[in-house]
Amino acid sequence: MSEFLSSSLARKYAMALSAFFLIFFLLMHVIINLLSIFSEDAFNIASHFMGTNPLIQFAMQPVLIFGVIFHFVMGFILELKNKKAQGVKYFKDNGAANSTWMSRNMLYSGLAILAFIVLHLIDFWIPELKYKYIDVLPEDPNRYFYELQHKFISPVRVAAYVIAFIFLALHLLHGFQSAFQSMGINNKYTKSIKKIAKIYAIIIPLLFSMIALFHYFNQ
Amino acid sequence: MNLTLKIWRQKGPNDKGQMVDYKVTDISEHMSFLEMIDVLNEQLVEKDKEPVAFDHDCREGICGMCSMYINGEAHGPDRGITTCQLHMRSFKNGDTITIEPFRAASFPVIKDLVVDRMAFERIQQAGGFISVNTSGNTQDANAIPISKHAADQAMDAATCIGCGACVATCKNSSAMLFVAAKVSQYALLPQGQVEATDRVLNMVKQMDDEGFGNCTNTAACEVECPKGISLENIARMNREFLKASL
Repeated sequence: MSEFLSSSLARKYAMALSAFFLIFFLLMHVIINLLSIFSEDAFNIASHFMGTNPLIQFAMQPVLIFGVIFHFVMGFILELKNKKAQGVKYFKDNGAANSTWMSRNMLYSGLAILAFIVLHLIDFWIPELKYKYIDVLPEDPNRYFYELQHKFISPVRVAAYVIAFIFLALHLLHGFQSAFQSMGINNKYTKSIKKIAKIYAIIIPLLFSMIALFHYFNQ
Repeated sequence: MNLTLKIWRQKGPNDKGQMVDYKVTDISEHMSFLEMIDVLNEQLVEKDKEPVAFDHDCREGICGMCSMYINGEAHGPDRGITTCQLHMRSFKNGDTITIEPFRAASFPVIKDLVVDRMAFERIQQAGGFISVNTSGNTQDANAIPISKHAADQAMDAATCIGCGACVATCKNSSAMLFVAAKVSQYALLPQGQVEATDRVLNMVKQMDDEGFGNCTNTAACEVECPKGISLENIARMNREFLKASL
């Protein structure tokens, strides 16, 4: 078992499985955020449920945090191992001739997403922890929509979010379909999988961007 | 045509090495790329200079020996060919062509454009075979039914000549396409089933021990492979490895 866990293929499976988990999380996240466009009350109810349900708070949230950290740490480990395997660099290397920019720059799109996650946690998660566990303020089921809207007053923050979502799209454009290949799925359905993955990679970041822009223009 | 060549020169494994410029004249567009290097080497010998060391053998795209990284691509700009099948008609008069050895920590340079690809041999020895009974009781291969589709896929995988273009072109120096081709050609046939578990475990372990990088599915290897080995083989190896490990 230890040989399996230390093998290069086990690292691929781990990256792919954590990617699938994060892709599912993004879908859930965007669905809840979309509610804020259509109904203030619906968004508040969903957010209040997510923020107070013990199963989500004390089981799903730690799993999510672990999933995010695991995906990033494993990605960096892979990158370091790959750098070591490269040896001397080419004088001239025409990577664009045989692979996409997205596939060659997962590290950089990943770093941009990591920077965004830090900003996102500072914006929403840390104030939430402060509200609940430091200030111990009384629970207000109607505060969530206002807090969300308030964050998108600043055009700089909105721009930072939209740029981050572009990097998310670039990361997903390669990462989603690549996870299937890593899990050994390459068959007659692969063309369809690639199309669905491409649609997901564009639509989800686009929806996130729309939500940020909607609240900026509807203050 | 007249060309400027930028060629990697390295006296030995411990030499630092550098790119050196050469001018070659009167090159015919009908020449193969290796013949053009032959012309350069003749010119160098006439000037009492050290010729450029490079690997070559069959010169017809079968042996997998020629291994040059030309203008930033393994085996040059054309597709589905080895360096020996690349012709000078792919270039224009006055072009500057960069020529480097296949790069990877697991493919150390021996001299100039010659690299040590014995790592591939060791991976092959770890499991890229079937143990055949040669006592005279061997079953006639034609008596074992194999579907046309499986036979074709196995044959496609078996066309890998082990040139190392997949490693050279991969930004991670991953050998997954080579190992996957060797695993697949047996995994698809009934003769390969007996040793299937040991084969994939041992070959992947040897691949990791040799220090090759991790595949990130850029698919550059598939594009540059002179034999068109498909990424489907990597997916098959991933399945085989998972099956063997569980």
